[in-house]
Amino acid sequence: MNEGKTVKVVFSIRRFIPEKDSAPHYENYDVDVEPGMTILDSLHQIKERVDSTLSWRFSCRMGVCGSCAMLINGRPALACNTQVLDISNTAITLAPLPNFDIVRDLVPDLAPLFKKHIEIKPFIVGPEEDTGEKELFGEYIQTPEELTQYLQFTYCIKCGACMAACPTFATDPDYNGPQPLAQAQRYNSDTRDAGFEERKKAVGGAHGAFRCHYAGECSNVCPKGVDPARAIQLLKRSLVLDYLKLRKDTGRASIKGAPENATRREEIPDPPPFTVEQK
Amino acid sequence: MESRPKKYPNRLGVTGWGLGGRWGVERYLYTIHRLTGIGLVLYFILHIFLTATRTFGQESWENSMSMVNSPFFMLMEFVVIIGFVFHALNGIRLILIELGFAVGRPEEPVYPYRSSINTQRPLMIVMMLLAGIFIILGGYDMFAFAH
Amino acid sequence: MKEARNWTWQIITGVVILFCGALHMITVHMDDILGWYNPAGGKAIEWANVAARSADTTSMVIYIILLGATLYHGLYGIRNIVFELRPSAGIEKLVTVLLWLAGLGLFAIGFYGAVALKMA
Repeated sequence: MNEGKTVKVVFSIRRFIPEKDSAPHYENYDVDVEPGMTILDSLHQIKERVDSTLSWRFSCRMGVCGSCAMLINGRPALACNTQVLDISNTAITLAPLPNFDIVRDLVPDLAPLFKKHIEIKPFIVGPEEDTGEKELFGEYIQTPEELTQYLQFTYCIKCGACMAACPTFATDPDYNGPQPLAQAQRYNSDTRDAGFEERKKAVGGAHGAFRCHYAGECSNVCPKGVDPARAIQLLKRSLVLDYLKLRKDTGRASIKGAPENATRREEIPDPPPFTVEQK
Repeated sequence: MESRPKKYPNRLGVTGWGLGGRWGVERYLYTIHRLTGIGLVLYFILHIFLTATRTFGQESWENSMSMVNSPFFMLMEFVVIIGFVFHALNGIRLILIELGFAVGRPEEPVYPYRSSINTQRPLMIVMMLLAGIFIILGGYDMFAFAH
Repeated sequence: MKEARNWTWQIITGVVILFCGALHMITVHMDDILGWYNPAGGKAIEWANVAARSADTTSMVIYIILLGATLYHGLYGIRNIVFELRPSAGIEKLVTVLLWLAGLGLFAIGFYGAVALKMA
């Protein structure tokens, strides 16, 4: 082990400044890496001491915002989550996420990702009929088992690493991609949602879920353990069962409204008067 | 407002199907599945024409069979067996996975994360071992007996 | 939905090929070890065995099912690979038409080859 010793690591970074360059090229920087330093720390060091024109996205520096996803020694990963010496103590290669246009240096244009995400309706879609006041003021009843069906897929931080790793997305820009498909499954399997038919149009088409062939790289690179590959296979299963008319409709989660004819217990005080005029 | 600077396209293209990454085994199995599929389709077209010579009777059949009896054709046929065995067994694995049987149930992710890749690993290993066994059996049948 | 239908049939034909193709492989490639479907003894590709299998209705039906399933499975697979490369809409249409023609044509040739000896 290094035991506190600083190591000099060469960072090869794929640079592209649109105002100056016609094509991306690699530039090398020497970084003094202490044990525990992340790729993000190294980028800051380069920007502070060597080349202030280097650009990349970052925010939380702790693996929850998804801003700093980039290609680190050939694999998509979060820069803040990846320690330099875990990868190499001699040379690191950084490049922006593939399958997205490069805006500048390590900054990819993630607009296609967000557009595809919106297309699959990433929100609870209510039923067509009006369930009235109970829907507005009640609470959904959902068991812990029902929660487990979709909880894993809620951890997505939209970093785009899965999209960069996907072989289908590498050739097909119209493919939904692992992130939107996993989110479609997250909402389809949520018992509060009634939007399976609506989402079918977005995910069941020629460039939808069936263009996934389980290469599994999306799950391998996901920094939050979302396992989009699992979600997409479960989505395909539900689409096939739906085509064969074998899909079990387990019905929507029941809504428990306020109990009728309930009275307030004596020991609970009344709420204080409104301080703002009520219309 | 000034115009947006130009963006540089950065799609991997067909390279993303096979070459140049430190990817997991399953990614390469996907690539090989595609390659064996294409190879098998091309072989199948030839095979239909070859076996249709039986229509013209014994002599035409025996002519076409003697044509494919040379060592070169036998080696090619063994390559086809390898392709078929791999494609079939990987295909069984894919059917089980893509219909949701071998991917495991969703679970709350606790680091170190285990994904459906880990869940289906034993199935993948069994399929590849079976493929190896059948390839050896097929090779034994093809080459051990005088034709 | 069309894609769900196409893909489901890709799976179904895959399973069909698995069983019928396995039978075919065993018949032709395990003839020296097992000798199935070789009523005349000896190698599977000897004329006597070929004629016997072609005259047998079960064999003929299995061959035709295998032929149809393999053509669908293989050509749909090729179509997927080509379409994932995103050619223009015109090329997509052309590829679909060519694959249909190839599929129907090859099925006709194979079908004739399978039934001709039975009809003789």
